[in-house]
Amino acid sequence: MSDVLDRPPAAPKLDVVGTRPIRPDGADKVTGRAAFGADFAMPGMLVGKIKRSPHAHARIVAIDTRKARALAGVKAIVTAADFPDLASEEYEGGESASNLRDISLNCMARDKVLYDGHAVAAVAATSSAIADEALALIEVTYEVLPHVIEVEAAMAPDAPLLNAKQFTEGLDSPPGRPSNIAKRNQLARGDLAAGFAAAEVIVEGRYTTAAVHQGYIEPHACVAAFGADGQCQVWSSSQGQFMVRTCCAKILGLESADIRVTPAEIGGGFGGKTTVYLEPLALALSRQSGAPVKMVMTREEVFRATGPTSGAVIYVKLGATRDGRIIAADVELKYQAGAFPGSPVGAGSMTALACYDIENFRITGWDVVTNSPKVAAYRAPGAPIAAFAVESAVDELALKLGADPIALREKNAVRDGLKAAYGPTYRNIGYVETLEAIRDHPHYQTRLGPNQGRGVAVGFWFNVGGESTAAVHVNEDGGAVVVTGNPDIGGSRVSMAMMAAEVLGLPVEKVRPIVADTAAIGFSMLTGGSRTTFATGMAVTQAAQKIVADLKRRAALTWDTAVENVEWRGGSAWYLDPAKPETKPLSLAELAAQSARTGGPLSAEVSLNAQGAGPGFAAHICDVEVDPETGHVTILRYTAAQDVGRAIHPAYVEGQIQGGVAQGGGWALNEEYVFDAEGRMENAGFLDYRVPVASDLPMIDAVIIEVANPRHPFGAKGVGEVPIVPPLAAVANAVRAAIGVRMTDLPLSPPKIRAAIDAR
Amino acid sequence: MSKRHVSATVNGDPAEFLCDPGVTLLDALRDELGLTGSKEGCGSGDCGACSVIVDGRLVCSCLMLAAEAQGRRIETIEGLAQGGALHPLQQKFLEHAALQCGFCTPGLLVAAKALLDVNPDPSESETRYWLAGNLCRCTGYDKVIRAVMDAAADLRQERRA
Repeated sequence: MSDVLDRPPAAPKLDVVGTRPIRPDGADKVTGRAAFGADFAMPGMLVGKIKRSPHAHARIVAIDTRKARALAGVKAIVTAADFPDLASEEYEGGESASNLRDISLNCMARDKVLYDGHAVAAVAATSSAIADEALALIEVTYEVLPHVIEVEAAMAPDAPLLNAKQFTEGLDSPPGRPSNIAKRNQLARGDLAAGFAAAEVIVEGRYTTAAVHQGYIEPHACVAAFGADGQCQVWSSSQGQFMVRTCCAKILGLESADIRVTPAEIGGGFGGKTTVYLEPLALALSRQSGAPVKMVMTREEVFRATGPTSGAVIYVKLGATRDGRIIAADVELKYQAGAFPGSPVGAGSMTALACYDIENFRITGWDVVTNSPKVAAYRAPGAPIAAFAVESAVDELALKLGADPIALREKNAVRDGLKAAYGPTYRNIGYVETLEAIRDHPHYQTRLGPNQGRGVAVGFWFNVGGESTAAVHVNEDGGAVVVTGNPDIGGSRVSMAMMAAEVLGLPVEKVRPIVADTAAIGFSMLTGGSRTTFATGMAVTQAAQKIVADLKRRAALTWDTAVENVEWRGGSAWYLDPAKPETKPLSLAELAAQSARTGGPLSAEVSLNAQGAGPGFAAHICDVEVDPETGHVTILRYTAAQDVGRAIHPAYVEGQIQGGVAQGGGWALNEEYVFDAEGRMENAGFLDYRVPVASDLPMIDAVIIEVANPRHPFGAKGVGEVPIVPPLAAVANAVRAAIGVRMTDLPLSPPKIRAAIDAR
Repeated sequence: MSKRHVSATVNGDPAEFLCDPGVTLLDALRDELGLTGSKEGCGSGDCGACSVIVDGRLVCSCLMLAAEAQGRRIETIEGLAQGGALHPLQQKFLEHAALQCGFCTPGLLVAAKALLDVNPDPSESETRYWLAGNLCRCTGYDKVIRAVMDAAADLRQERRA
């Protein structure tokens, strides 16, 4: 008997995971058929638009909508008076917590406007031109107040107050008066004073980063229809249809069961579409008018009223022994939150020293409200800002010690079994492996020319698990459908299909993944925190495993044997009884065709709260050339190594790494919010807010390191966020090497570089 | 103000629509002709998501008035695939995973088509500068550039054969 039936393979070889199939939603996206937020239309649809504050800070004295209402073609006008005045309530969406009252007030200002672009009213009209005319006819009387945008200015005791009821949380003693500082957080270990006293080398610096926008190319868009029976439908581009449902229900005072949200294809988010801006307004306008309402932001609105992430000031002091052991670190982070509390300074604090094993440290974070748009999550929220400062300081330390920057990081690296600065003990991390990968990469050995420099930096991101639901349905011909509730922001559908195909033993082309609306699949947290491939992938895998268990049971039933005698392999059930070697295996298609006789349709759904998302580490090398005449910095070469656990679809993993590097490069070199003296954004367009273009960048070498995460069925860790963490410092450290001056204020724009060169 | 009547050739077929004089070609394509493959990312000619080819020239359709399309030959993303067969650029974008969210992809493909129409053998540098008017925030451009150059190589092979 030489039949393979006798010898099932001990460890299953992976047939699909790790390959590079074409994504199942690809053809629609290269032919223009994919329907994004603004591509959906309904009969009788109205155009909704928003009246926005021209002031950075003002009291709303009165809003007179009478003239606008009288205009022919205007069907609805809403202001804050049309929404319930919500009590404070925390909401955990999947990446970071928000407060529903703040989300509501950010969608529509009540009593006060807190930034240039803050919504004060919305109209729905029969045409775009009429809606524009109506906006101009709405008369808002403001009492303009002094404003404050810069973070340290907002922390000053005499700063204009955004919210007179806000008292700083997290202080040692309760504050006696209100403040723009919403919260202080602290992390500490060891004896800081003793650590610095023992240090033989100390570096110290103040670093600043500018507010930057996620810069997704698709502006926010939605269509909302409020039915006469109270049943609501929303089609919108977001990172989470369930998040949209929850926010709309709370902000409008509706039942979740009365709102069905269908996710459109999403044209980029990077964290910026983890909240709502338009959907509640569109529903309110639809309720008042009785017609569906479409709202699409302009690019200017996207810049003025959505995102960005914090501008920040960071102080870093490091103390080390002469042989390169970092023994003390003091990090203070001050982050703009924008109009409402909730900057990512907590995550910035927790990630700041996460790559380092340091005996004595203190990390202090300040969350500060400012008269600028409420910050939204942006790829590894908070971490790139902290890493810019810490990694610049470590670079300074390496220079002062005369040490190789990679060797210095290896010497102080966190490893398995060590307690992270933010609390937990590391298990199965691949950080040192990423350092070794860049150390041994040919890039690190190449020689540089004049005006060129090389920088190294590392980064960390937690990665997130959380609540996900997935269903797998087997079709009558033996193919399968995978249903999840997570918008596909960068190729996650194909990863879901691959994991299901792997378990079922099907070619990936036979598995059709779809992203379902809120009424068609169980709850899932939004796509964010690098959680989808990990957590939703786990749900998909478990649902497919349930199907396989069911298939084995049905095969056993067919063969009239115990299920222990059945093995699932290569998409078929195999009869393991050596006494009956002639038994032909039963394929998935055969079992599906006879499902009516074995118990009905083959279908499984799994809901879980995934734990154990393995943290992500990355180590980057960047070469730049600085033009001494113009101060312009060109990125010549870039190598990024990252531990991804297990790459489900390596091409999309590389894509995440390359995209994160490009965004980080823009943050380092070009991008910033510029405000005028009145607090109005001066560069609210892609011409003046310059994101990297193809000619700004070289090829980006993504080096995939795989240290498996045992908590995921295939070993995956989140990959999307950590690649944006090191680039800010990698670029700045390269510029330091090129011009011999430490640049501490982002972006490293040509005028700043020129000034630094002139002053050296 | 009364609407203008516009006749043009869109993706090889005659097309007619009515538009207000101030309406952009992008809005007319999307709202009047139902060709929503061209995207609006900025409305100011900075992002290239609305790229179309007009009489052989690459333009941002958000910067052109619909009324100016009278008598012109317009190619949009919807016309790139021929009879259900993907254009080599489309195929290479899929094979190289040169798209993530896919929103900028139609504009990038149309711009790349315009490049290969005039330069069948572009260098990496030429490709990067030609596509510098098309913002992509997801990919870092690496796989986009590889896909375009790979498609160019295939097309050259096809022509020789």
